[in-house]
Amino acid sequence: MSKVLVSAIINEEPTEFLCEPRQSLLEVLRDVLNLSGAKEGCNNGNCGACAVIMNDVLVNSCLVLGVEAQGARITTVEGIAPKTGLHPIQQKFLEHAALQCGVCTPGFIVATKALLDRNPNPTEHEVRLWLAGNLCRCTGYDKIVRAVLDAAATLRGQASTQPEALEHPNGTAPIAEKKPDPAATVTKPRFRVIGKRPIRPDGVDKVTGRALYGADIKLQGLLYGKVLRSPFAHARIKSIDTSAAEALPGVKAVITGKDFKPAEDRVERSGEGTVNYSYLSQNVMAQDKVLYHGHPVAAVAATSVHIAEEALALIKVEYEPLPVVLDVLEAMRDNAPILLPNLRTHELGEAVGDKPTNIASHEQIARGDVEKGFAEADVIVEREFRTATVHQGYIEPQNATALWNADGQITVWTSTQSAWDEQRELSAILHVPLSHIRVIPMEIGGGFGGKLNVYLEPLAALLSLKAGHRPVKLWMQRDEVLKATGPTSASVIRVKVGARKDGVITAAQAWMAYEAGAFPGSPVSSGMGVIFAPYRLENLLIDGYDVVVNKPPAKPYRAPGGTNAAFAGESVIDELAEKLGMDPLEFRRINAVREGDRSAYGPTYGRIAYVETIEAIAAHPHYHSPLPQPSGPHARVGRGVASGFWFNWDGKSSASATVNPDGGVAFLEGSTDIGGTRASLAMQLAETLGIDYEDVHPMVGDTQTVGYNDATGGSRTTYGSGLAAYHLGKQIIEEMRARAAKLWDVPVDEIVVEGNLYRHGDKVISFKELAAKLDETGGPISVSVSIDAKGALPTFGTHVVDVEVDIETGKVSILRYTAAQDVGCAVHPSYVEGQIHGGVAQGVGWALNEEYVYDAEGHLLNASLLDYRMPTALDLPMIETILVEVPNPSHPFGVKGVGEVPIVPPAAAIANAIYRAVGVRMNVLPMNPRNVLRAMGVIERHAS
Amino acid sequence: MQAFSYVLAHSVAEATAILAQEGSRARCLSGGTDLIVQLREGRRRADVVVDVKGIPELNQLSFDSQHGLIIGAAVPCYRIYNDARIAAAYPGLMDAVTLIGGVAIQGRATLGGNVCTASPAGDSIPALIAHRAVAVIASPRGEREVPLEQFFEGPGKTVLQTGELLVCFKLPPPPAGFGAAYLRFTPRNEMDIAVVGCGAALVIRDGVVQDARIALGAVAPTPLLVPEAGAELIGKPLSESTIVAAAEAARAAARPISDLRGSAEQRRHLCAVLTRQALAQAAARAQSLPQPAHA
Repeated sequence: MSKVLVSAIINEEPTEFLCEPRQSLLEVLRDVLNLSGAKEGCNNGNCGACAVIMNDVLVNSCLVLGVEAQGARITTVEGIAPKTGLHPIQQKFLEHAALQCGVCTPGFIVATKALLDRNPNPTEHEVRLWLAGNLCRCTGYDKIVRAVLDAAATLRGQASTQPEALEHPNGTAPIAEKKPDPAATVTKPRFRVIGKRPIRPDGVDKVTGRALYGADIKLQGLLYGKVLRSPFAHARIKSIDTSAAEALPGVKAVITGKDFKPAEDRVERSGEGTVNYSYLSQNVMAQDKVLYHGHPVAAVAATSVHIAEEALALIKVEYEPLPVVLDVLEAMRDNAPILLPNLRTHELGEAVGDKPTNIASHEQIARGDVEKGFAEADVIVEREFRTATVHQGYIEPQNATALWNADGQITVWTSTQSAWDEQRELSAILHVPLSHIRVIPMEIGGGFGGKLNVYLEPLAALLSLKAGHRPVKLWMQRDEVLKATGPTSASVIRVKVGARKDGVITAAQAWMAYEAGAFPGSPVSSGMGVIFAPYRLENLLIDGYDVVVNKPPAKPYRAPGGTNAAFAGESVIDELAEKLGMDPLEFRRINAVREGDRSAYGPTYGRIAYVETIEAIAAHPHYHSPLPQPSGPHARVGRGVASGFWFNWDGKSSASATVNPDGGVAFLEGSTDIGGTRASLAMQLAETLGIDYEDVHPMVGDTQTVGYNDATGGSRTTYGSGLAAYHLGKQIIEEMRARAAKLWDVPVDEIVVEGNLYRHGDKVISFKELAAKLDETGGPISVSVSIDAKGALPTFGTHVVDVEVDIETGKVSILRYTAAQDVGCAVHPSYVEGQIHGGVAQGVGWALNEEYVYDAEGHLLNASLLDYRMPTALDLPMIETILVEVPNPSHPFGVKGVGEVPIVPPAAAIANAIYRAVGVRMNVLPMNPRNVLRAMGVIERHAS
Repeated sequence: MQAFSYVLAHSVAEATAILAQEGSRARCLSGGTDLIVQLREGRRRADVVVDVKGIPELNQLSFDSQHGLIIGAAVPCYRIYNDARIAAAYPGLMDAVTLIGGVAIQGRATLGGNVCTASPAGDSIPALIAHRAVAVIASPRGEREVPLEQFFEGPGKTVLQTGELLVCFKLPPPPAGFGAAYLRFTPRNEMDIAVVGCGAALVIRDGVVQDARIALGAVAPTPLLVPEAGAELIGKPLSESTIVAAAEAARAAARPISDLRGSAEQRRHLCAVLTRQALAQAAARAQSLPQPAHA
C-alpha cells in the first residue's frame, strides 16, 4: 500500500512524514518520528499510555490513524517541558514519587496537562475522573493524584504541599522500636540520607519520555517479529506449513517448534523459585501439542510489523483438538484429560507410581496432632474458598530484541526483572554457552513477578539467526500478554481452624489446590507458608497440590500464592473471632507470632514485628472512627481487617563503583529498577560513605558490565543489593583511608573516618578533597563487590478497610483504607509508601473484579484491559500507610523487604468488611457484583 | 493491521458515491475508537476507509428551543458536553456522552460511530432513543429519516443499506416538564462496558406523566425501546408504585443473554433496578430543569 505524505505541527515543530493509512499515529510517533515517549500499553484505547494532545483535545494516539493527523497540532510528552528545566507537572510527579516503573507516566503527564489547561483548580474527584482512562499498576494512584493537585496549586501560584516537608505525609507517625535504642536520640537523626525523599536518579528521563524501555530500542537493519498463537486450548499439532509465509515479500525468517532442540529436563533456580528448562522451552514454542489458548506455534520476522502479521495469516496449522480441563478440581479427577503424558505426581518430594496425572506434586506441612487440637477447641470454623486466575497487569507488554551475530555472540535487549536468569534460560533453550549471551535489561514497565522468565527472547534470537544475523524486535499485543504470560493461579482452598473460648487457636488445617497452568509450578508451596504464618500453632496440617490445567503457565505475582491463601485463612480467622465474640484484632494479637516463635512453615522467626502492625491499626483513628454514612438507602457499610505475611528474600548481588576526582561516585548495580531502587541503593551507598545522595550516580548494568545479580523479586533488592552497596561503600572507605594515610605518610590504621571526613590527629580531609588527590596518591579508585546476602527477615502487615455494598447491584466500593506494615527501615519513605499503595491497589483489583473468563473450550474471553478490569483512579480512595520501622539486625540500616506483603491482606480484609456490611461471608474471588448478589441470594439462587 | 486505502470525504455526495461504489469493501471512519480496533483485531475488514470528519453536515451541532437539536454523526462526545445549553436541555444524552470511555475516548468517539457500531451495549443509544432521536440517512438516491429505535437489526447490524451514510441525529426540543437520564451498571466506575444500560425520559405536567420513554441497552440483540414500561406511567401521577410497575415491565421486556460481562438473571434484575433509578433521576430533573422559553 502506497504511503501518504502528512503535514502536522508536532510539539510546535512543522513536521512532514510518510505513512501507510493503516499506521496509527502512535506507530508514526514512535517508529517514524522517533518520539518514543508515547507508550503502547494496550493498543486499543484502554490504558492511556499513548495519550497525546491533538488540536487541544486529549486523545489516545493508538486510536488515531497517522493520516488523520494531517494539519493537526499535536503535543506529545516530549513537548510538555519548557526549553529549560521541567514543566511543574513533571516536577511534581518527581517530588511526589508519583511514578514507579514509569511506563504509564508519559500518558499521565500529557493527560494532566490537558486537564489543567482546561480546569486549573480541579477537585480530587475531578482529577480521578479525568485520569480514569490512564491505567497505572504500580502506584495505586495515590501519589499521582497528590502530584496533580499539587501541580495545579503551583500553576495557580499557590503554596504547594511538598512531601519533603512532612515526615510522613499521610499524617501518621512511624511506630518507634519498642526497645530503647541508645544510638537514636531526638536531636540527632540516625541517618543523614536514609529516611529522606530525594528525587530518583532516573526520574527526569521518565517524566520527559526520554527513558528507553524495551520496545523503544532501534537498531540498524532492525526486523519486526510476530508470533502465531494457538486458537485451541488443547490440541495436537498435526502439521505446520510455512511456505506461503516464507514466500511473502519482506519476510526474512519463519520459525516453528522444529527450530528448537529439546531443552534439558532439568530444574534450576529462577528468581525465588525454580524453572524446568524443558517446560520453559515448550512454553516459548509449542512442540507436538498446544496446551492453552495463545500457546505460540510459529514466529515470523519481516521488514515491517504489518508484513509480519500478514505472514502469520499465511501459515497453515493443522490441529487435532483434544478435550480441555480448566478447573483444578476437575483436573485432579482420575478420568480428567491429561496435559503432559509423562507427568507423575511427586508425593512429598518423590515421584510415585506410573499413572499419567495432572497432579504435579503433593506437599505437606504437619506438626503436632490436629485431631487432638480440634478436640480441645470450643469453636471450629471450616470453609471452602475459590479464587480466580488473575494477571500481574503490568502496563508494558513483554518485548525482546535480539541480535545473533555472525560470531555466535547473542545480545538481547529486553524488559526483565532478571537479566541473569534470562541468560541461563536462553543458554539452556538455545544450546549456546552462557558466556556467548549478553542480556541488557532496558527500563522495565512493571513486572510484579511476571517478567522473571523468557517468552519472546529465544524467538527473537532464533529469528535473528535465521534472518541472517539481523536484529529482530518482538513485542506483544495486550491480548497476547493476557493469553500467554503470567498469570497467577486460580485455587481451591479448604480451611479448618479451632480455638478455645479464651481465644487461643488449638489447631489449624488447610487443603490447598493451585492451578499451575500448562506446566507444573504453581506457587502452592508459598501459599502453604503464608496461610497460617501470622499465628503460633502447635497443631497444624497443610496439604498442597500443584495441578496442571489448560491455561498459561502460572508465573510469580507479588507474594506468589499469598493472596489466595490469606483470603481463605484470614476469612476463617475473622469468623472465629466473631464466633468467640472477640475483637478481630485482639484475637489476632493473642495468637500472633513473635520473635523466637516457630513459624508454621518451619523456621524460627527472627526480629519480626507482626504484633506491632496489629497494635498500629488498633491504635489508629481509622479503627475507632464511626463508619462512614451510607450514600443512599440501598447502601450498607462495613469495616474489615486482615493480616498478611511474606518471607522476603536476600539472594546474590554485585555492584561496582568508581570515585571521580570531583568526589562524585559512579555506581553500577545490576538489579533491574522497577520501583525506585536506583534511589534506595544510591541512598545506602551515600549513607555508608557519609556523602550526599546527589554525589552518587547510579546506573543499572547488564550481564556483561556488572557482576551477577539475582532477580529483582522476592522483595530483595533494597535489602540484598542494598547490602552490596553498603559493602561497596566500606571498600571505598578503606581505599580512601589508605590514600589519606599515603597523603599524610601515616599508618592506615591511624586514619579515623567520621562521616565524609578522614582524620589523623588534627589533620582532616573531606571525601571530596581526598578524591581530588587520587591522582597523586596512587591513581583511580574503582571497587566491586559480589555478595551472597543472608539475613532477610519476613514481614507482616495488617490492614483495615471500610467498604460500601450496594445491595441492589452487588457493587462494592472502597471508602477508606489503612495499611500498617513492618518495613524495617524506610530508606526512601515515598517509595515504601508507594509499594504499599500499589500492593493494596492490586489486592483490591484481585478482590473485586479481576478474573480470567474462559468459555467451555478454554478460550480466554476477556483478553483486553477493557474486560480484564484493573482498578482505575476512580475505583480507589487515597490509601493511608503506617510505616512500622522495626530494624532488621542483619542489615546495617535495618532494611526489610517491603514490596510483597501489601497485596496479601486486601482480599480478606474486604471480604470481612463485606460481611460486616451485609452479613454474607464471601467464599469466592472476585467479589464482583454478580458474585455478591449471588452470595446474598438476590440472583441465581438455584444455580450450581 | 490489514492494508487499506484512505479517503477523506468533503461532502455527503462524495462520501455516498464512494460508499455506493465500494459497497461492503468500504467503511466509514468517524472517531475511529471502534473501527480502528476492529480492523486491528481483524474483526472487520475494509479495503477503503472513508473518513467522514471532513463533511460539514456531519460536523454540525446546533440547538434552539424551537427546532431542537441537530448533532452531526461525526461530532465527538466532548463537543456535546462542552455545550452548556445542550447539556442542560438533553440531560440523558449528557449522561451518556460523559460515560463513554474515558476523556481521551470522548475526544474522538462520536454518536454516529456509537450508533453504527450497533453494539447492544452502546451507551449513547438508549439515551438517544429516550430523547426521541431520529437518524437522518443520505444516499445517492436522497435522504430518509429513521426513528432510532428502528435503526438496529442485530448486534453490529443496522438498517443502513449500501451507499447510505448516517448524516446526523435530530432530537425534538424538550417540552415543558421534561426530564431525562441515562444510567448504566458497570463493575468499574469508568472505562467499562454496560452490563445493562437504561435511558429514561419523562414529561410531567401538573403532577401527571404526559409522556414516558424507557429504553434498555445490553439486554437484547439490539437496544430496546420498552413502550410497556412507558405505558405504566403515562396518564398517572408519578409514584413509587407506578415506577415499580414500569421497572417490572422493563424487566419483563428484557431478553438478555449470559456472557462474560453478566448473567441473564443478573441483567434482568438490573433492568428493574436501573429503570427505577433512571426514572427517579429523570423525574427529579423534570422538576428542576429550567423550562423552555416557549412553554
